[in-house]
Amino acid sequence: MNPRSTNDAGTVTLLVDGVPVRAPAGQSVAAALVNRPGAGAWQIRRSVGDAPRGPLCGMGICFECRATVDGRAHERTCLVTVRDGMEVRTDG
Amino acid sequence: MADRVVEQAATAPATTAPVERVELLVVGAGPAGIAAATAAAGAGRQVLVIDDNPAPGGQIWRGGGPAAAERAVARLAASGAVVAPGTAVVDVGPARRLFVRGPTGMRWLEPRSIIVATGARERFVPFPGWTLPGVVGAGGLQALVKQGCDIAGRRVLVAGSGPLLLAVGALVAERGGRLVAIAEQADIRRLARFALGLMATPGKLVQALGLGRAVGSRLLPGSFPTAVRATGGGLVVSVSSGPAGSEKTGDLPCDILACGFGLVPNTEVARALGCRIGAAGVWVDEDQRTSVAGVFAVGECTGVGGVEKSLVEGRLAGLRAAGLAGGDATLRAQVRRARAFAAQLEKTFTLDPRLARLADDDTIVCRCEDVVAGRLRGFTDWREAKLLTRVGMGPCQGRVCGTCTGVVFGWAPDDVRPPLVPVPVAGLTTVPGS
Ligand SMILES: Cc1cc2nc3c(=O)[nH]c(=O)nc-3n(C[C@H](O)[C@H](O)[C@H](O)COP(=O)(O)OP(=O)(O)OC[C@H]3O[C@@H](n4cnc5c(N)ncnc54)[C@H](O)[C@@H]3O)c2cc1C
Ligand code: FES
Repeated sequence: MNPRSTNDAGTVTLLVDGVPVRAPAGQSVAAALVNRPGAGAWQIRRSVGDAPRGPLCGMGICFECRATVDGRAHERTCLVTVRDGMEVRTDG
Repeated sequence: MADRVVEQAATAPATTAPVERVELLVVGAGPAGIAAATAAAGAGRQVLVIDDNPAPGGQIWRGGGPAAAERAVARLAASGAVVAPGTAVVDVGPARRLFVRGPTGMRWLEPRSIIVATGARERFVPFPGWTLPGVVGAGGLQALVKQGCDIAGRRVLVAGSGPLLLAVGALVAERGGRLVAIAEQADIRRLARFALGLMATPGKLVQALGLGRAVGSRLLPGSFPTAVRATGGGLVVSVSSGPAGSEKTGDLPCDILACGFGLVPNTEVARALGCRIGAAGVWVDEDQRTSVAGVFAVGECTGVGGVEKSLVEGRLAGLRAAGLAGGDATLRAQVRRARAFAAQLEKTFTLDPRLARLADDDTIVCRCEDVVAGRLRGFTDWREAKLLTRVGMGPCQGRVCGTCTGVVFGWAPDDVRPPLVPVPVAGLTTVPGS
């Protein structure tokens, strides 16, 4: 789980809302989401009242980083490690 | 709405889940849980350690860390204790049975004794704009950066309270972020008194100074954010500095606002087990025993005091749970010193009463259900507000807004109700198999 020690060989590709996103192996899904080019403000999802939201606690408490991962709804992406071929949906 | 899984559960059919007997269950694999498990397994006990996180280490040793952290994790692995990562306590049944959710499903654990080492979480204070993406916890930013979030070239304003802010400032510099400032709500008098107190603990002084050099010139004591807004080019944070009545306000632009107001102990598991809660956290005696027979508590969940407190309390409880009385005088003295340090922390970083007034009527307090402060004024307690506004009813189960309403309205949390973490509907009504 040390993102610093990854190299190109240690890169995985996940599908985020159908778009391929490359990320170093060992990263969390939350990291892969906020590191996407264009996710400048670290938005991951929208709230019940349709406001943009991003991660808050980074440790599984707040659920603000949640997304559907490989069909499992409400996964806390800050607690899930990226895997090659993983499918993430941020609109569920 | 899928967020409501919790309420639909009652109508789902009951299924059975396997039951696993363990001699000693340690809940939490941070420094405290690791120290406890290592000591007990070293004394020949059969130990299972569970943690919600994908790897052991807790908050401070997340994703590896200093050599001491790696040694501690290696010692745990060598001790014979079994570690079950990605496993969280969902519910507590009769006779100290715990219902847990892990990567392979749900199961009941039937431990002979339990050491609760659930650590602490950040305390958040709501202020206008704090729900914007890019506003994260201070420890939150630390955790996110350690799991790979890239802050190179980003302007980061660190704010809130507590020694953690300095560590976060140092991490920002180390990872190529641009540290705008560290706004610490405690004023310079309190900080100076605290620094003098550290002289009595040389290790802590070195730690504080080592961090301080990298970030010290950016420290703004007596300062806190009052509002944040998003602009085309990032965030703009209004910061108030100075004592009440003569404060000055200024705008600081940044890309990320990392803001946390100290830590609060995670007492949910202990409370579900029926343990008494004291002023600082889970109540424990001098041997780390809680008010419930066979249940110990260690580390930040008994009172926020830093990693040394977690380590010595963990070791003491591990030995006691294994039925050993060894190492008494030294270990007990270490525990006493660590608890004294915790009390000093608490005093230094007490929150300024002005922080309770930052939220205006439109400021969201409950982020899960988007409940604003204006809707909560007028209620007298958390329970009443929860029934009528859905505050605290979302997936975080009040872990975030519960501390917010504590700061703003002075409300205490109500009883712990299962599930402690949200689970799929089918899992909730699971009863123990034979
Ligand atoms: C976000 C954050 C950042 C911090 N950064 C620093 C730092 O840089 N330097 C420093 O000196 N101190 C830091 N601290 C303080 C730190 O908590 C302590 O120094 C040390 O990590 C405490 O160890 P612990 O074992 O008591 O608790 P933790 O390290 O918090 O470990 C508790 C563990 O219990 C697990 N847990 C909680 N509830 C459950 C449940 N229901 N089921 C299963 N598992 C559960 C958690 O996942 C966690 O891994 C930080 C604290 C926080 C909250
Ligand atoms: S950021 Fe809070 S749960 Fe993931």
